[in-house]
Amino acid sequence: MARFVGRKLLHLLPVLLAVTLLTFLIASLLPGDLAYTILGDQATPEKVAALRAQMGLDLPIWQRYLHWLWDVLQGDFGRSFRTGETVLAAVADRLPVSIELMLMAEGLGLLIGIPLAILCAVRSGSAIDRFLTGLAFGKLSLPSFMVAILLIYLFAVTLGWLPATGWVPFTEDPIGNLRSFVLPALTLAFAEWPVLMRVLRSDMIATLQEDYIAMAKAKGLHPARILLVHALKPSSLTLVTVTGINIGRLIGGALIVETIFALPGIGRLLVGAIYARDFIILQGVVLFVAIGFVLVNFIVDMLYAVLDPRIRHGRA
Amino acid sequence: MAVLELEGDTALVSPVRRRGRRLGGLFVAALFWVVLIGLAAILANVLPIVSPTDMDFLGKRAPPSAAHLLGTDQLGRDMLSRLIYGARISLTVGLLSPVIGLVIGGALGMLAGYFGGRFEALTVGGVDVLLAFPPLVFALAVTAYLGQSALNITLVIGVLSIPAFTRVARAVTLSLAQREFVVAAQTLGATHMRILLRELLPNVALPLMAFFLLAVAVTIVVEGALSFLGLGVPPPAPSWGSMIGEGRESLDIAPWLAFLPAGFMFATVLAFNVIGDTLRALTDPRPGAL
Repeated sequence: MARFVGRKLLHLLPVLLAVTLLTFLIASLLPGDLAYTILGDQATPEKVAALRAQMGLDLPIWQRYLHWLWDVLQGDFGRSFRTGETVLAAVADRLPVSIELMLMAEGLGLLIGIPLAILCAVRSGSAIDRFLTGLAFGKLSLPSFMVAILLIYLFAVTLGWLPATGWVPFTEDPIGNLRSFVLPALTLAFAEWPVLMRVLRSDMIATLQEDYIAMAKAKGLHPARILLVHALKPSSLTLVTVTGINIGRLIGGALIVETIFALPGIGRLLVGAIYARDFIILQGVVLFVAIGFVLVNFIVDMLYAVLDPRIRHGRA
Repeated sequence: MAVLELEGDTALVSPVRRRGRRLGGLFVAALFWVVLIGLAAILANVLPIVSPTDMDFLGKRAPPSAAHLLGTDQLGRDMLSRLIYGARISLTVGLLSPVIGLVIGGALGMLAGYFGGRFEALTVGGVDVLLAFPPLVFALAVTAYLGQSALNITLVIGVLSIPAFTRVARAVTLSLAQREFVVAAQTLGATHMRILLRELLPNVALPLMAFFLLAVAVTIVVEGALSFLGLGVPPPAPSWGSMIGEGRESLDIAPWLAFLPAGFMFATVLAFNVIGDTLRALTDPRPGAL
């Protein structure tokens, strides 16, 4: 196990380095000069030159990268030139909201996906199985912003059961806080369940062919016990991976949903930075999200190895 | 939500595959819709429709009438005309971006799969790094820095689709590289170039084509998402995504303003998914896929 972790860690470093380089290069795509953008209409040649020198913009690009990387390694992701807020503070402020949304969405997705997958696997090939796989296929063509619109129309506009926007901190109003999360979490869960159902369904169908399942049946065990105890765990490997990867993606990937429902999470911070043309915050958040994404994938790899001994013994 | 999901989508256990006769109906309907919307987009200038940017301030959010077949939006612009011109943007970006991925990714994947060795390791590594980025975040950030235009968006989504195409092309090439007809060509002294183009390409082309159609569907969604956030093709050019975004504000009084473009986009994306998936089921190299 230690050797496996070591090998993966060795692989992780170059990827992280490449991610920082890519983030830095994206930011240097900005046409014109950051100094002009910051100074706006007050830009005089002298002021621009002074600011460029102060920010180190007059250095060659590889030196700027190394300076920036050094700062990042020390935990300094930069500071907004509009509000003066540091990237780290902004992210720390928004992260709890994104995590709460992510957990609720993934939980709801699993709550819908797992029972449906078991149902499909047991009745594989039946009308209900075909209907649900067809539904999952159709759902692939329905992006989250459309689901959000439909849910808002149904639950907020027509029925008036839930708020479409309006987030309150959990500490002030726990019920109101949870209510404001229902529709966004449901929107994301709608995107999750078809994927989760599909992977678990196909793994479970394979597991149910195994001899030990026949053995369990022969012993006369209760069907529910066979399904939930004997079949579910060995079938859930891919499910764990996919769930993990989805969680990583939702850190930044929920940005559309966070924007629609006005939830102050990481995604909205990112979109807000784009609207405000706050490029330092944008760069910092992109880097943060990308690193989070890579690390979550790494943890999922580890978890996968824990669950399946074949992987850590060299076959991967 | 984006290019990365292509990977998962290909693992889909196709619902159309088993259905025998109903496959035909769905497939034909999808093809019909794509041709219809494609023709409308191409002929938008010639069709007898109002300009998509003409505003009629007296007839805002009007229901369908003889003058405006599908009504008007919140600025009194003709909905049908905007939907057709919106199809132009969606289809242009949707078809051109994956071409970038198809050409570059397909070539990289085939070379990597055929030659192997250090080149393959480098390609796979590069693909891993690109995939390490959350795609939508990447697309948003790059367009924010480069500036919003149809060209930039096409390029960004195109670059994002390269890794997925590389993986597909490499996987298919790997499965073919040791086959008898390739070995035979090598024994006959054919050049690498000839083997790649004459022996491998015809076999890789069909699976890549099926994947291309699925990529078109994903690209239309990504473009729609960017436009929905107001970060896509700049106004006043109509785009389905931005129409949905604008329609969201009047969901309570005129819900069709959001639902019409959403319906068009859903039908188009579904059509490409159906066509691509049918083609994929037909060309899947795995035994028993049919």
